Amino acid sequence: MVSGLINANPIVYEKKERRTRSTPADVDEYAVEAIDQLEIFEHIRDIKDPEHPYSLEELKVISEDAIEVDDKHSYVRVTFTPTVEHCSMATVIGLCLRVKLMRSLPPRYKVDIRVAPGTHATEAAVNKQLNDKERVAAALENPNLVDMVDECLAPSYE
Amino acid sequence: METRAPVQWIKHIEQYVKSSATPSQQAASVDAVATLIKNDTLTLEALVRGMEMYLTTTDSIIRSRGILLLGEILEQLTSKPLNSTSISSLIGFFTERLADWKALRGAIVGCLALLRRQNDSGIVTDSEAKAVAQSYLQNLQVQSLGQHDRKLSFQLMECLLDRYPGAIEDLGDNIVYGICEAIDGEKDPQCLLIVFRIVEILGRSYSGPLEEFEGDLLEILGSYFPIHFTHPKGEDDGVKRELSRALMLAFASTPIFEPFVIPLLLEKLSSSLPSAKVESLRYLSYCTTEYGPYRMAMHDETLWSCLKEVTYISPQSTLAMESESMGGMNFQESDVMKQAFILLQEVIRQSGDFISLIIGDNDILLFLNSLNQYKEFDAIPVQDKQRLHAVGHILTTCAKPSVALCNKVFKSVFPLLMDHLELSVAKPSENSYLDEDCVCPVKFNFGALYLCVELLAACRYMTVSLDNCTSVPGFSDQTWCAMLSDFSKSLVEAFISLLRSSVADKPQSAYVYFGVKGLQVLATFPESFPPVSKSIYDKILLELVSIVTSDCSKAFLWTLALKALVEIGCFIDKCPDSEKAVSFESIVVEKIVSLISSDDSALPSSLKLQAAFEIGATRKVFMLTVAQGLDEAINTIFSEKNDHWNPESDKLMVKLLDTYSQKVLPWFLEIGGPEEIPLNFALSIWDMIENRRSLNLNPLEPTSDVLGATMTAMKKAVGSCSKESQEIIINKAFGVLFSRLQQTHNLGNSSGRDEWLTSLFASVVIALRPQTNIPNGKMILQLFIISLLNGHIPSAHALGSLVNKLPLEITGMDSSRSFSLNEALDMIFHNFIGTSRYDNTSVNDGSGVNISSLRLNTLRIQSEINTVIGLAWIGKGLLMRGHEKVKDVTMALLSFLMLDREAAVVKQFQNLIEEFDEEDVHRLMICAGDAFCIIMSDSEECLNRTYHAIIRPLYKQRFFSTIMPIFLSLVVKSESSLLRSMLYRAFAHVLSDTPTTAILLEAKKLLPMLLDCLSMLSKDVMNKKIIYNVLLVISGILLEKNGQEAAVENAPSIVDQLIELTAYSHMMAVRETAIQCLVAVSELPHARIYPLRTKVLRATSKALDDPKRIVRQEAVRCRQAWASIATRSLHF
Repeated sequence: MVSGLINANPIVYEKKERRTRSTPADVDEYAVEAIDQLEIFEHIRDIKDPEHPYSLEELKVISEDAIEVDDKHSYVRVTFTPTVEHCSMATVIGLCLRVKLMRSLPPRYKVDIRVAPGTHATEAAVNKQLNDKERVAAALENPNLVDMVDECLAPSYE
Repeated sequence: METRAPVQWIKHIEQYVKSSATPSQQAASVDAVATLIKNDTLTLEALVRGMEMYLTTTDSIIRSRGILLLGEILEQLTSKPLNSTSISSLIGFFTERLADWKALRGAIVGCLALLRRQNDSGIVTDSEAKAVAQSYLQNLQVQSLGQHDRKLSFQLMECLLDRYPGAIEDLGDNIVYGICEAIDGEKDPQCLLIVFRIVEILGRSYSGPLEEFEGDLLEILGSYFPIHFTHPKGEDDGVKRELSRALMLAFASTPIFEPFVIPLLLEKLSSSLPSAKVESLRYLSYCTTEYGPYRMAMHDETLWSCLKEVTYISPQSTLAMESESMGGMNFQESDVMKQAFILLQEVIRQSGDFISLIIGDNDILLFLNSLNQYKEFDAIPVQDKQRLHAVGHILTTCAKPSVALCNKVFKSVFPLLMDHLELSVAKPSENSYLDEDCVCPVKFNFGALYLCVELLAACRYMTVSLDNCTSVPGFSDQTWCAMLSDFSKSLVEAFISLLRSSVADKPQSAYVYFGVKGLQVLATFPESFPPVSKSIYDKILLELVSIVTSDCSKAFLWTLALKALVEIGCFIDKCPDSEKAVSFESIVVEKIVSLISSDDSALPSSLKLQAAFEIGATRKVFMLTVAQGLDEAINTIFSEKNDHWNPESDKLMVKLLDTYSQKVLPWFLEIGGPEEIPLNFALSIWDMIENRRSLNLNPLEPTSDVLGATMTAMKKAVGSCSKESQEIIINKAFGVLFSRLQQTHNLGNSSGRDEWLTSLFASVVIALRPQTNIPNGKMILQLFIISLLNGHIPSAHALGSLVNKLPLEITGMDSSRSFSLNEALDMIFHNFIGTSRYDNTSVNDGSGVNISSLRLNTLRIQSEINTVIGLAWIGKGLLMRGHEKVKDVTMALLSFLMLDREAAVVKQFQNLIEEFDEEDVHRLMICAGDAFCIIMSDSEECLNRTYHAIIRPLYKQRFFSTIMPIFLSLVVKSESSLLRSMLYRAFAHVLSDTPTTAILLEAKKLLPMLLDCLSMLSKDVMNKKIIYNVLLVISGILLEKNGQEAAVENAPSIVDQLIELTAYSHMMAVRETAIQCLVAVSELPHARIYPLRTKVLRATSKALDDPKRIVRQEAVRCRQAWASIATRSLHF
């Protein structure tokens, strides 16, 4: 698809320390733990960048604050920031995020993936592409794309 | 042979010299030839003659190989004796060949091999070695060789220097010059290691020839310092350390190097690289010791200014994490500082004059004089605290090494500090008792306080290291001692007033920390030390004790004071029988112990007990006193007259007993203390019970907490006694118990009062050793049986322990008193089994006991339940010792379990079932099922190693393998679902406590049952724990290879059951484990599980919406695992 790297030398940031949730000694067996920002972030932080051997978290493509969740209304929105403005990988990253969340969240959820405003040259086009059911389904019929997505998602299952 | 041998070895040589030979082939040829020579099949002369062509040919490649072969053969012959002619001709040959640069390696290897020979097998003479050295110096251009050859040549030089000093000495300057030339510019770490070693030997043994060249030599070496790799690799750390050490040894090898080394090191010290600083400080410390004080004296001033720079002017230290609780002055020093203090210590130890530099240093003096700035701890900025810490450390380092140094430091610093603290020499006429309102400085100067305490600690360190408990005369003559004696009294008063003042109210006050530390230091000077007299010592102890006994509101102070007392106590322990030990005991230990039983102090009882235990733990005698105090306190509560205890003394009693059983007894056990402690404790409790009766007081009706605590303490105490002591206790207990029972004429009637007695007696029996003789076994057994039927569970434990430990047969004379297992079992079964044996056709094992005809001695269902519990513990006892009767007990339990069954084996239950309502029968059956849990699981209460149970190895496996077939057939036969669920209950209990290895062997048979069991039990919410345990068994099966084979056959039903449990709403752990099991199933062969994929994915998609986060996470993993078994994983 592409020859040569889009962003040959990205800035790598430090990983945030994994917060362990404090569990009280006697947990109420029937209490409900709602799906929250951190949980969504845990799902997607280890997804690998399509170009580099770094995770999306390390490249600051995604951050915990850029995730909006509303468990009651079953809605989640992830806003990601491509490393460079003309990054043609943005759609692949978006596809990875969508696939991972599709697999990890209950079916009742509506997932909205978008590029952070002003961080990409063809922002509107990318957003439209990522949230078009038909086009996502079509993309997942393409074996090359599927392989690529699978490779990126592999570390997030470990 | 003579004719055949040459052919053979010449073949080897040809093999070696061949250009196509691989290294391993060459090594094989060398070995082969060397073996021939070792066996004397071939002589060295013959070899050399035979090789002549290879050694002298003009083809340099062949020649070099030939010479190398000869060298390597000689390397293998180091222990074979050779005559001097062959050695001298060989060494001559190799010496000459050193000039042949094309065939050099062989020559070096040969020289090395010959030079390294040991005395007893013939060695090279000095003159020959000298010839080698000369040839070396003349012909070798070491730096133009390859790495391996350089290494060999350095090894050769090292060997010459090391082994042939006589030969080298003659060469004079030449050798040093040659070495300089050879090593200049060397960069390989391995070669450098040898180079440094060469210089070290040179420095140590050849200082004569060195005189002229040491400058050049050190110029070469100096460029390597500090060892630093420009291209660091992972494994360099070890190499670096080794190199750095070798270079240090080389530098320090001779004092002649001093004029060159010390300036170099001092210069590097000013480098900005921390690692370079650390290295130079390290080298300096080492060189200081090696060069000696005379040489170092001229560097003193520069050294001090460098040290001052590092430690005082720009100290690199950070407040440690736990600093708050350490008085806020606990600094973590950087490596540079640590190393600097090591150097300081070294320098001070070496030269006595160095200290005057420090004491006379203007900056330090200025600092000490300006201590007034540092009055208020909180107002001191961190930099100044660092500096204060640094000065403290410098002073203590100076004072520690010797008495003379300590004198000097004291003379210059101590008066100054006392001035700052506004203390004056105590007048002898002053009242020796501390005035309550003694005038103390309103504001303590913190800086002075800190330095003073640190200085005192240093003196103490010095005296203790000198003293070692033997009195050294002459302490009192020393200046510092005299000075301290003058001030010791006012110091102690100052510290005490500090602790009493308002600063102590602040939590974690630095003043308090150093006040207590000061007192502790003063109290831990050795016995022979005059400045701290006994009266002062006593005063310190009194103050600390009064803090511990009264002041629990100031938790920080309290903890510190207790810790200080413990430290003082530990110190005393090192020199017993001294005056101070006596006053410690009378002031501290007795006071603390008396606290235990007094209720007027404001201290909460848990703190009292903590203090008592910690003080007691400093010394065995003290702990004995503490144990006695505990005994008395327990006794006092016991003999209170009122019938019912008030809740307060109730709580106290529990705490006392817990301290006894959890702290004091284990402490004695650990140090191997006397057995009287547990023995006396147990006896005294029985005494108390006896006394109460003789006083005609009503027997006690303690709450269950106290009863539990007393029982635990009793068990622990009895358990830690020997056989003899246990016999004393059991006899005593028996006496008390039965005189009481005779009074009431009612054996085992469970009024609450007797329950107390029976429980305690049961505790004694539970903890007995198998060897202990039990008096009146019959009566005891009867008592337990009756009280068990009345619902007394400890009796069941006691029965279990009895059948576990009673001897199988009575041996010896004492048969009248002892009691054997068979007798006991007869009695037990007789009591549980009806006298009417009209229906004994079904199960009779020939032992005369027919358990299937269980007697129902009352018609109350509760007593049946009690019987079942009793049988369970008895069964456990029997099972653990491996007795066959456990089978009978099991069968009895099973018949209870199957009460429901119509037209059953147990006809006599028919009327029973009619009489009870269904719910009661149900309860009884559940109880029978849970009996299997009792049998299989480990218990804290009884029948474990602490209480000396007889435990046969693998007893669980054995029970598992006997009971499983029975369960299997019963389950198949049973029709009613209630019965099935009861059987499964018992089955689940047995399985969940069986080791996985045993289960794996039977996995194929068990799996269908396990699944059935799960579906049966999951209908009732009450079974969730059991379900969880069964799931764990299944996951154990799924994770093992054997188990997986069994799982393959049942995969669909396993998956169905697991899917059902992923929605089990009553327990999160069940859902989580079920999903984890599903992940494990996905590892099974593809063809088998592929059809199940959609089902699993659908089910786990529901689990994605689980209320618990952990379950959701597992569900994601599970979905991924199952999705990826298909080719196109994205299609969920």
